[in-house]
Amino acid sequence: MKITRRVLLAAPGALLLPAPTRADRQSLSEALRQFTGGQPMREGRVRLDVSPLVENGNAVPISVAVETSMTAADHVRRIGVFNERNPQPNVIIAQFGPRSGRAYLATHIRLATTQDLVAVAEMSDGSLWAQRVMVVVTLAACVEG
Amino acid sequence: MARVLLRVPTSAEKGAVIEMRALIQHVMETGYRPNAEGVLQPRDIIWNFTCRYDGEVVFNATLSPAIAANPFIAFTTIATQSGPISFTWEGDNGFAQTETRHITVT
Repeated sequence: MKITRRVLLAAPGALLLPAPTRADRQSLSEALRQFTGGQPMREGRVRLDVSPLVENGNAVPISVAVETSMTAADHVRRIGVFNERNPQPNVIIAQFGPRSGRAYLATHIRLATTQDLVAVAEMSDGSLWAQRVMVVVTLAACVEG
Repeated sequence: MARVLLRVPTSAEKGAVIEMRALIQHVMETGYRPNAEGVLQPRDIIWNFTCRYDGEVVFNATLSPAIAANPFIAFTTIATQSGPISFTWEGDNGFAQTETRHITVT
């Protein structure tokens, strides 16, 4: 393209445009839709335990427990944990069955910043239960190095 | 071989719910962190964890870069019979490790 005076004059304006964000980042709602298959989620039965104020985002203990008898007729099939503002929305997806005994999962995760966490449980009858928790992070996981 | 810390009961009553805790030494490099030269370090994570009880899969988890370094996972299972309980981690760059413990069920 020939650089005309008009293009040159418009160039500083282009610098004012917002910097492109991570275009490849899948949003929380997309990740949830992928997990649930678009089925509606209900509040309740799932308990996502995480400290509401986290000092170090590099290792945040979380645990998820679901109210269920864990019998062959009524058990948790999957538990998914998702975040809102890390570079990727997925945290962990775990498979359960009647042999699990309890629907319980604990791990340590990274949090890049203050954000919401969502835990979703898929039951054997296909119903979906969720809990959303906000976590304040004072020292972020080192995303920037 | 990465160092592994496992907490698995050595004995249990039949039908009891036992909790198991597994931790493995691993950097869990996210793929979003630049190194000292400002170049993004390639992703190097463990992306799968499986627990087999006497050969049968009783727990499986898909991990993401949001799991902290030295991934720790705690979960439960029912003590059904005496036998080996094995834990398998699979990751980037061909990482694979399996550890086995034995449980006696009375």
